[in-house]
Amino acid sequence: MTSGSSVSATNGQTGLGAAGDRQPANLGDILERVLDKGLVIAGDIRVNLLDIELLTIKLRLVVASLETAREVGINWWETDPWLSGDSDRLQRENRQLQKRVAELEAAAGDRDSLEPAEASGDSEAAEEAEPATEDGR
Amino acid sequence: MMAADTGVWLYAVTAGVEKVALGDLTGVAGVPPRSVADGELTAVVGDVPLSKFGEEALHRNFEDFDWLAEVARAHDGVIAALSAAGPVVPIRLATVYTDDDGVRLVLRERAAEFTRALEHVTGRTEWGVKVFLVAKAEPDPGEQSSGKAYLMRRKAALANREDGMRRAVGQANAVHAALSELATDARTHPPQSQALAGDDAQMVLNAAYLVDDGDTQRFADAVAACDDDNDAIRLELTGPWSPYSFSSVEET
Repeated sequence: MTSGSSVSATNGQTGLGAAGDRQPANLGDILERVLDKGLVIAGDIRVNLLDIELLTIKLRLVVASLETAREVGINWWETDPWLSGDSDRLQRENRQLQKRVAELEAAAGDRDSLEPAEASGDSEAAEEAEPATEDGR
Repeated sequence: MMAADTGVWLYAVTAGVEKVALGDLTGVAGVPPRSVADGELTAVVGDVPLSKFGEEALHRNFEDFDWLAEVARAHDGVIAALSAAGPVVPIRLATVYTDDDGVRLVLRERAAEFTRALEHVTGRTEWGVKVFLVAKAEPDPGEQSSGKAYLMRRKAALANREDGMRRAVGQANAVHAALSELATDARTHPPQSQALAGDDAQMVLNAAYLVDDGDTQRFADAVAACDDDNDAIRLELTGPWSPYSFSSVEET
């Protein structure tokens, strides 16, 4: 069981010659793609995948041991706002923080006669443009 | 024809489906897909019962892993059949409209984006490359079993493992750079968990490459060569995939 032999052993079975044939893909690869890649557009029916526990909790149990994954630094579903279901909250927090920073900068600017950051105007515009539908469901 | 108790499930957007016998395919909910066209673009959709695919029902059903797996395979199956015949933009799972008008509206409103994405993937195929760490054999513990010898061995094994990981990551980065050169576009995805990957080895790179169809063999050969040339890693080529990883194109 040297590393050399295992490399050459795997080499024969990678199916590289079969380029062009569609091999049966494993379910993990399919789920990764259909759930996390693919173009995101809003449908009429609000299927909020973000709320589905399977993705935030069960998926961890089904596809990975959380502890093991953490040990080796694989915790992408926790930081991926889509999978962790936090994108709305993150966006909201982000806007609030931007606004707060702008306010603080403006206040500091008054004292130090610095210009308020441009972010101030942007964040307020974003705030107004955003319909407050997030919690309406 | 659209009854109030069905929704319209969106699989993909294409430039046309003349070459695909949609009626021969089986899609989500066991229903053959059909097309909805607007201008130059054609959406491939399927009618799904809202009793199972409405908002609340989907929410409930997706908690069932087997149900999710079945829907995911059906969704991918239709998209795969489409991309075998021409360029497609795959749509994320569970994009559902109340009727065809909703689909047409999206086609119209996002026509420029769809067209750009379709151009990007035309004549190209997505290939996945997973790179795994090749664990070196642990040194034979032999017969000595004193506490000191044990600690020395543990230390050596840990150093050995760290070194292997460092080398694997270095080699994976070099592989990614080399394969990106042969591809039109490349994306790296988070490494899959060991359980998801269905492999005992730790994944150090999970990448997708958009390769010109004329370069398929060259790309496959390069993957094989990278597998041969790097002792700390093992490569696995997956595909051909529909261009899930390249379905959105940044505005330029």
